[in-house]
Amino acid sequence: MALKTDAVGKEWPASTYQVGREKIREYANALGIENPVHFDAEAARAAGFRDVVAPPMFAVVYSSPAMAPAMFDPDVAMNFAAMVHGGQEFEWDEPACSGDEITTTAKCVSIEEKDGKGFYVFETNSVNQDGAQVARGTWTLIVRGV
Amino acid sequence: MADVNVGDAIPELRVTPDKYLPHRYAGASGDFNPIHIDEEFAKAVGLPRTILHGLYGMGLTAKANAAGLAGGDPRALKRLKVQFRGMGFPEQEIVVSGTVKSIEGDRVVVDTVAKQGDTELIKNAEAELEL
Repeated sequence: MALKTDAVGKEWPASTYQVGREKIREYANALGIENPVHFDAEAARAAGFRDVVAPPMFAVVYSSPAMAPAMFDPDVAMNFAAMVHGGQEFEWDEPACSGDEITTTAKCVSIEEKDGKGFYVFETNSVNQDGAQVARGTWTLIVRGV
Repeated sequence: MADVNVGDAIPELRVTPDKYLPHRYAGASGDFNPIHIDEEFAKAVGLPRTILHGLYGMGLTAKANAAGLAGGDPRALKRLKVQFRGMGFPEQEIVVSGTVKSIEGDRVVVDTVAKQGDTELIKNAEAELEL
């Protein structure tokens, strides 16, 4: 069965995420990250940040909401029962700090079949309230038995 | 820049996620897929038990590199690319290890792997840091 590829090139409406101190604390605690710049505004400012700063992989927290409409889009038509997260890449620029408002857009860059599996690749682009690049993500979702 | 050479190993990160870690990670990340937090659901879809979030393992991979080479500075990690492989489980030790693959100017690329026993949770991870 040919894979449905209508969604390649499609972009979804932006989603905006408000970064907060307590959410950064919760994420850092779950990962066991102890650097005080993730917990204490004074420590963060002393290290040159505007406010409490997020660990880099906090990118999943502010960029995932933009992925939801992409993944559930009928044009993408993914079989979730057979889906796994195959790979992930992030590139970081400006750090994300408490008080930032981060806007993320998602785009489908490719849908390809290989060895009976569907490879769905999406890109997210996240910018802050000043228009500065914060992170770019590449999400590879693999669906078995397409 | 710190004294880093091609072939150097980064300090290993060893962590044993407790039974409830996937619940805390779900809350922190917003990923409440029941395969991570609901034992009955996980077994019903053929898993031996609840499994760890792949992105939790990627978070540990990021932590190991930032802590190992940059004293935990969140600005140092510029890029991280991973492939998710085997399933990870709570209450078993995860070991993240890495080797410096290349250095260009102030950019250092580290080949990183996250394992639980013999199972590679994350393989071929490439971390690029600015030191």
